[in-house]
Amino acid sequence: MSDLSIEARSLSKHYGQLIAVDQLSFEVGAGEVLGFLGPNGAGKSTTMKMLTGFLPPTAGSALVNGHDIVENSLAARRCMGYLPEGAPAYGEMPVRAFLEFVARSRGFDGKSAVREADAAIDRLNLSSVPEQPIETLSKGFKRRVGLAQAILHDPRVLILDEPTDGLDPNQKHEVRDLIRDMSSDKIIIISTHILEEVHALCNRAMIIADGRLLVDDTPDGLIARSRYHEAVTLVVEHPEQVASALSELPQARKVELREGELTVFPREGAKLLEVITDAVRENAWAVSELRLEAGRLDEVFRQVTQGEMS
Amino acid sequence: MKATSNVMRRELSGYFSTPVAWVFIVIFLVMAGVFTFYIGNFYERGSSDLDPFFQFHPWMYLFLVPAIAMRLWAEERRSGTIELLLTLPLTTWQAVLGKFLAAWLFIGLALALTFPVWITVNYLGNPDNGVIAAGYIGSWLMAGGFLAIGSCMSALTRNQVVAFILSVVVCFAFLLSGLPMITDLFSGWAPQSLIDTIADFSFLAHFSTISRGVIDLRDLVYFTLVIGFWLLANVIVLELRKAN
Repeated sequence: MSDLSIEARSLSKHYGQLIAVDQLSFEVGAGEVLGFLGPNGAGKSTTMKMLTGFLPPTAGSALVNGHDIVENSLAARRCMGYLPEGAPAYGEMPVRAFLEFVARSRGFDGKSAVREADAAIDRLNLSSVPEQPIETLSKGFKRRVGLAQAILHDPRVLILDEPTDGLDPNQKHEVRDLIRDMSSDKIIIISTHILEEVHALCNRAMIIADGRLLVDDTPDGLIARSRYHEAVTLVVEHPEQVASALSELPQARKVELREGELTVFPREGAKLLEVITDAVRENAWAVSELRLEAGRLDEVFRQVTQGEMS
Repeated sequence: MKATSNVMRRELSGYFSTPVAWVFIVIFLVMAGVFTFYIGNFYERGSSDLDPFFQFHPWMYLFLVPAIAMRLWAEERRSGTIELLLTLPLTTWQAVLGKFLAAWLFIGLALALTFPVWITVNYLGNPDNGVIAAGYIGSWLMAGGFLAIGSCMSALTRNQVVAFILSVVVCFAFLLSGLPMITDLFSGWAPQSLIDTIADFSFLAHFSTISRGVIDLRDLVYFTLVIGFWLLANVIVLELRKAN
């Protein structure tokens, strides 16, 4: 099934005067892990709610695996797994009973529902708590229950709204491993405002703000947009002196001194690292740290989302 | 069908995993007993029927059914599970019907647990058990009407208290629509036929014929239509306002 795809065509959602999602168009194919990035209220969750058939779009349409999300909503929903924001679940239900309910809703019956629920429990390491009511579980366990119900039927399309929000670093790591394991033949869309996650998980990233698509790129491509991309940062004694010496270099466009760190920005296409290491050696500067910057995602994020607003 | 019964079973198990079910059943039975034996003068009347028992059901339901119904959808909204439920591959109708049936069966169970009253009246005299059976059926149908209203009101809000109050008000209007209190609002300006129609909507009138042992097709159709109408309204409310 190489034709697996999600296609959004001018997808829009208006709440009265407020435009939550504004003519969003994109295509995603199998094997892609797409990260939705954007400030709070940018329209990430609303877009996911429309794709999963929870909210009807005000205008535009979307196809999931060829099924229109409005005209053929049930067929579209069948091939999707969805983790809504905050991983809601029926708190009074024990984990296993809840997963069996979801399995039966997904068309498994009797023994196969029990089997699927057990498999999901194993997969998400929930085997220590299968009979506990969900409301008594810790946040990490609750999130895993939410993920378990989303992946239970091995869906072709997985839509995860902030899957690692509120988890501790170990739990985040586990969830990321799980998502990565599944990603090869599926479409996975995750929303997040944790920027490092995009780099760790996604092979494509979309920045959304005010309901509009601002950037659609690979995580590396995003980083390359940073003004820090290919810049060299060093920590050195007598930074003012060094700064003025370095700003003489023909390859340097600009030198910035901030909090004891000296950052040299290259001219278009220039390679700085070698020139600077040479200069350090020649002048015998007392350098305690020297690194080549890949770029800073948070800076790109701010630049894209705020630059657009002003 | 499968999807509906799946939702129904989940709901029912939800009732019994919290104290809600037991509290409701105990209060229902205590109230039924108090109304029948003290206020209804069951013994003093010296008549072997269950009139004093059934005659208070509309008033018990007026508060107890909204208490069951208020959480049906308001709770789903508050906890966010509505998003989970309505993105599963089932239709809004199936979800609404499944939840309604669960609550209706549950009320049916509470109603069935009043059987000692029936045993008592059989022990003391020779009642017409057909009339009593009709009374039970009519009572359960009426509860379904109240419940459908309550379910729809519950879908309007994420606040259970608001859902409860709305349900009681609408149920009260339906209960009394035959009485002057409601018809007076319309007399003087509305045509008589409209007033008659409104009066015909009264739960009380339809219930009292059934509880007297007359199972008239019109009354059955009436309650079925009321339930169908409010569940349809419930589906529409959900379709229009899924998010908060």
